[in-house]
Amino acid sequence: MTIRTSITVNSKETSREVEARTLLVHYLREELSLTGTHVGCDTSNCGACTVLLDGEAVKSCTVLAAQVHDCNITTIEGAAQADGSFSSVQEGFRQEHGLQCGYCTPGMIMASTALLAENPNPSEEEIRHALEGNLCRCTGYEMIVNAVRWAAEHPSFTSGGAK
Amino acid sequence: MSLVGARVLRKEDPNLITGNGQFVDDLQPTGCTSMVFVRSTEAHAKIRSIDTAEALALPGVLAVWTSANIAQLANCPGGLPGLDQPLLAKDVVRFVGEGVAVVVATDRYIAADAAELIIVDYEPLPAVASLSAAMAPGAVVLHEVLGGNTVHFQDFENPLDDVFAAAPRTASLHIVNNRCAPTPIEPNVCLADWGRSGLTLWAAFQAPHHLRNTIAQYFGIPQDSTRVVAPDVGGGFGAKINFVPEFFLTALLSKEVGRPVKYTQTRSECLVAMLHGRAQEHDASIAFDNDGRILALKLTVTQDQGAYPNGTGMGLPVLTTAMAAGCYRIPAVAISWRNVVTNTTPVAAYRGAGRPEASYTIERLIDLIADETGVDPVEVRRRNFIPVDAFPYATHSPLAMYDSGNFAGALDELLKYVKYDELKKEQEKRRQDPAAKLLGIGFASWLEIAGFGPPGSLEAFGHLASWESAQVRIQPDGSAIIFTGASPHGQGTVTTYAQIAADELGIDFDRISVKHGDTAVVPQGIGTMGSRAVAVGGEGVKTASGRVYENAKRIAAHLLEASAEDIIIEDEKFFVKGTPARSVPWSEVAWKSFQPLELPGGMEPGALDSTVFQQVPNFSFPSGAYCCVVEIDRETGAVNIVNMYLVDDCGTVINPLLVEGQVHGGVAQGIAQALFEHMLYDPSGVPRTSTLMDYLVPAASDLPGYVTGRTNTPNPSNTLGAKGVGESGSVGAPPAVVNAVVDALSHLGVKHIDMPVTPIKVWNILEGAK
Repeated sequence: MTIRTSITVNSKETSREVEARTLLVHYLREELSLTGTHVGCDTSNCGACTVLLDGEAVKSCTVLAAQVHDCNITTIEGAAQADGSFSSVQEGFRQEHGLQCGYCTPGMIMASTALLAENPNPSEEEIRHALEGNLCRCTGYEMIVNAVRWAAEHPSFTSGGAK
Repeated sequence: MSLVGARVLRKEDPNLITGNGQFVDDLQPTGCTSMVFVRSTEAHAKIRSIDTAEALALPGVLAVWTSANIAQLANCPGGLPGLDQPLLAKDVVRFVGEGVAVVVATDRYIAADAAELIIVDYEPLPAVASLSAAMAPGAVVLHEVLGGNTVHFQDFENPLDDVFAAAPRTASLHIVNNRCAPTPIEPNVCLADWGRSGLTLWAAFQAPHHLRNTIAQYFGIPQDSTRVVAPDVGGGFGAKINFVPEFFLTALLSKEVGRPVKYTQTRSECLVAMLHGRAQEHDASIAFDNDGRILALKLTVTQDQGAYPNGTGMGLPVLTTAMAAGCYRIPAVAISWRNVVTNTTPVAAYRGAGRPEASYTIERLIDLIADETGVDPVEVRRRNFIPVDAFPYATHSPLAMYDSGNFAGALDELLKYVKYDELKKEQEKRRQDPAAKLLGIGFASWLEIAGFGPPGSLEAFGHLASWESAQVRIQPDGSAIIFTGASPHGQGTVTTYAQIAADELGIDFDRISVKHGDTAVVPQGIGTMGSRAVAVGGEGVKTASGRVYENAKRIAAHLLEASAEDIIIEDEKFFVKGTPARSVPWSEVAWKSFQPLELPGGMEPGALDSTVFQQVPNFSFPSGAYCCVVEIDRETGAVNIVNMYLVDDCGTVINPLLVEGQVHGGVAQGIAQALFEHMLYDPSGVPRTSTLMDYLVPAASDLPGYVTGRTNTPNPSNTLGAKGVGESGSVGAPPAVVNAVVDALSHLGVKHIDMPVTPIKVWNILEGAK
């Protein structure tokens, strides 16, 4: 069974006839070629596939594309600022070495972005709690915490255009 | 200003933080198909029949293969002859997760549907899922050819019975080093395209040339038309240097269906199909005097190899026994090891690979000596350290000639951070207060063997050689490209190599690129494992850069009509010493290096391009001192790490930011092994922890912050002085954590607790003491 689904992804209208069972993450990766969103597990534990659904962090491996018809999705490809500058969260990850292999990173950045939208000045403990649905195997997390703190301390960061 | 030693931000990051990384699963060539496995649900069974009819009939299915389709093919490379794993199980399955059939279909949903339609009829056999079960009399035998389940037994040369009999004191421990699943966040992924011009395999792998050599040999095809690409790789931790059937099957099926074939492992598959690590049991005895001075050590390692032993797995107990004595001068050491097969996932390298097991046992024994003699654990360490003036230090093992170290220095540095006396007082106070959480302080003075390695060392694990390649190529505009056979997957090698080259060449860091991970681009290579990328590959970058720089100086001298000895470089300009007005920019030297009429006599175009196969004379020996402080909840048994102090000696640091990252990551995996992770099987061989719901990879909320410090004894085996740091944390953290927990409970008579130290284990101890 197929179904027509229309989703606004990174501020662009998209519309596809997809199998009803198509996961949002596969819609993004395979229909739209937005491969920055990764898959790391099959039990919703790792968070590598985290995207923003109407501003809220969700795991796109656990959402059907058809469920988000008429909704707004932001992926890592849409995380940068309008002028192409890295967002303060992206820049924080760079400044504080918050990534190594980079596989969990898009999900971490999206989850951190959602956290800061809700709580612009989180404590270390609040950051660790907010990111407990996102697993990283490389960093041991301290530098991810530092990255989010960097972003909180530089809310109006701009690198002055596309990098 | 020197870039080596500077906190330089990574070149890798801009792509990875914007979703522009390129992992294998991100590739979707035209006509790409998807391969899905049917994996065994039985730990040990005969296969009576496999019915593939319904699967084949499903629209979109292009091929369904069982062992019958590949009957003529050799088993998967990397195994032991006669005990190796078939690409797909033939007649018998020996572990849950072994591949039984594969489906190729036009998309992953159809392939998964078809796999569900395949019916495998098993006749279950008795299974052995633990070392004790496998070694029990009358146990079912996995491989008839062995006649039992022991693959290899290396007995003591001298069991030191007389030394132990004469010693004032002795103590023994049976230690389980828990089986772990490496769990990179990117599971195994590969994509094969075998067309008329040859085979290209994109693979999430740590050593692409190694895979290229092997896959070409396996299929009997020439290497010139066999290409392996490891693009961005989402973590490896040693698990992505193993040859697994997936690589060979995607290649074969691509040829069969005439289209690219991609395999993307699910996490649940990854936990049972990607090779596991650790899985050792130790019988350790130590003889010492009343002052805590060690007289002798005796260790037998029993290594669980899983169902199909492989070369790396067989090497693990060799490394463990070689490093058994740790940082200590021990007059007599006796080692023995045994390799045993069980109906479980095969075992190979996992971050540290054999060394965390060694360090864990000797550091547990040191604390046992302290407990028995009443000498403080810190003092027992001091009394037994190999002194600074004893290097190079020959151990009981010909593999381990310790090159350098300052174990007492690292412990001194550590104690600057740890308020040890205050903590001991606080511990005592809390023991008297039933409402207070118990406090424990654990130390580990650890040492490992890294920087693999001298000629012959990696050859023993099936690699082509033990050097690493580095090619430094100056472009006509004076920018530089470095090609390396190292194959990073998170280490930041692109950045560290550019730092090293920038210093040697005098070219700006921003005008140096590093290429890796493609056998069609990098001349030859070995790969990234065994903490070797800087100590061997980085040294190669330095050597090749130095050669290029010497030739560049000659060209500059020719252009400036001066002598090469008088040429110096600053801000990408070559000067004649003492006459700053006369200079020629790097870009001009580079441009003219390709023009025969501009070159000094005897020099050919292409002189600013150097390839080095860097050898090193010895392994390296990173070391350090860690301290863990834990609190234990008396009601729940939960262990909480309050502080984790980490002093590392990795020799010269190329980039402190990246060293910090490596230490943190290794320590996190070490804490995970100590407190959370355990790949568990029930007695029938069914894995109990085969999803991330059950296998506890820690999250940010489960781990502490870290306090780090550093000492530096340079590595004498390379000119950089770097030892390697990738695996250190995983070596040092487990004993520090468990020593802390045992210390917290020592007033209850606790001598040892096996990892992972779960709340229920601790709770049972606390209840038992009531």
